[in-house]
Amino acid sequence: MDKDEIDQAILNITQEGIPLVEEPFEELAKQVGISRDEVIRRLKRLRSIGVIKRLGISVNQRKVGIVANAVVAWKVPEEQLESVGTLLSSYTEVTHSYGRVTIPGKWEHNLFTVIHGYSRESVESIAKQLSEACGIMDYLVMFSNGQFKRTSVKHPF
Amino acid sequence: MKMEPVKLDKQDKELLQMMQDEFPVEERPWAVLGKKLGLSEEEVLARVKKLSSDGVIRKLRTILDAQKLGSCSSTLMAMKVPEDKMDHVVRVVNEYMSVTHNYRREHDYNLWFTVTTCGGKDLEETVEEIKRKTGIPDSDTLDLRTTHVFKIDVRFKFTDTEVEGGETRG
Repeated sequence: MDKDEIDQAILNITQEGIPLVEEPFEELAKQVGISRDEVIRRLKRLRSIGVIKRLGISVNQRKVGIVANAVVAWKVPEEQLESVGTLLSSYTEVTHSYGRVTIPGKWEHNLFTVIHGYSRESVESIAKQLSEACGIMDYLVMFSNGQFKRTSVKHPF
Repeated sequence: MKMEPVKLDKQDKELLQMMQDEFPVEERPWAVLGKKLGLSEEEVLARVKKLSSDGVIRKLRTILDAQKLGSCSSTLMAMKVPEDKMDHVVRVVNEYMSVTHNYRREHDYNLWFTVTTCGGKDLEETVEEIKRKTGIPDSDTLDLRTTHVFKIDVRFKFTDTEVEGGETRG
């Protein structure tokens, strides 16, 4: 994939944050040391080739009332993992969905989803709907009762 | 800890939705958004600054495609942590840059955190070191390596009916 040092500088800065000022890309251009038009052109390119998956705001969902979240772990027959994982991912309430190893005798749930909602009840009812949709009845709902850390992966360049 | 949701009007919600899903990469992005909302450039920026100071907007940033940038590997770890050891364990775990999420959860395994290493760093080594430093025995620890990434997309719907309802909820 072709990506030069200027692209890397742009990615490094923008994964940390773009200032919310009158001309954000002018400000970014100053930080990188190139023109605004060049920044815009490069960002568009990086977005179109998919290196940038998304350029947008992150929101603190708690501030808009989405206060409940749970990890819901599903026990899915291995041969159905792909299809169930894909199906559950199509719901907007599911923000994360991963297949994971099992540890026989100790941990048998192999599909992990994170579900957000306005209340415990709504998260529970979403989990129930998902269960009905995918036909997996064996699942665990683990609500969070404390957030100790929440950051994002920083990609090294 | 009860927190009242920040009040949002229809234009705030539409603005959040557009800024979240696809921010305009243009000379004057606030003017572009304003055009769609029927607001001036200044009005849009004023709303954005308010939403930011209210804590609704965390930040504007790029999310990169890990797969296109070379290999990252990750795991979800869970531990059964005795209450009197919780502070210590949380402190140890949170020190790691490679730990991005760490939550207490309602389960016998009461602490759940993700470990992600990118660019050649060894996941195995990090996991072993965390286990050793926390002092939680193997029998009380789960190391659930990722086999499939089906979805990572932390986006919310602001313009659906439920958010509308959220305004009036106590």
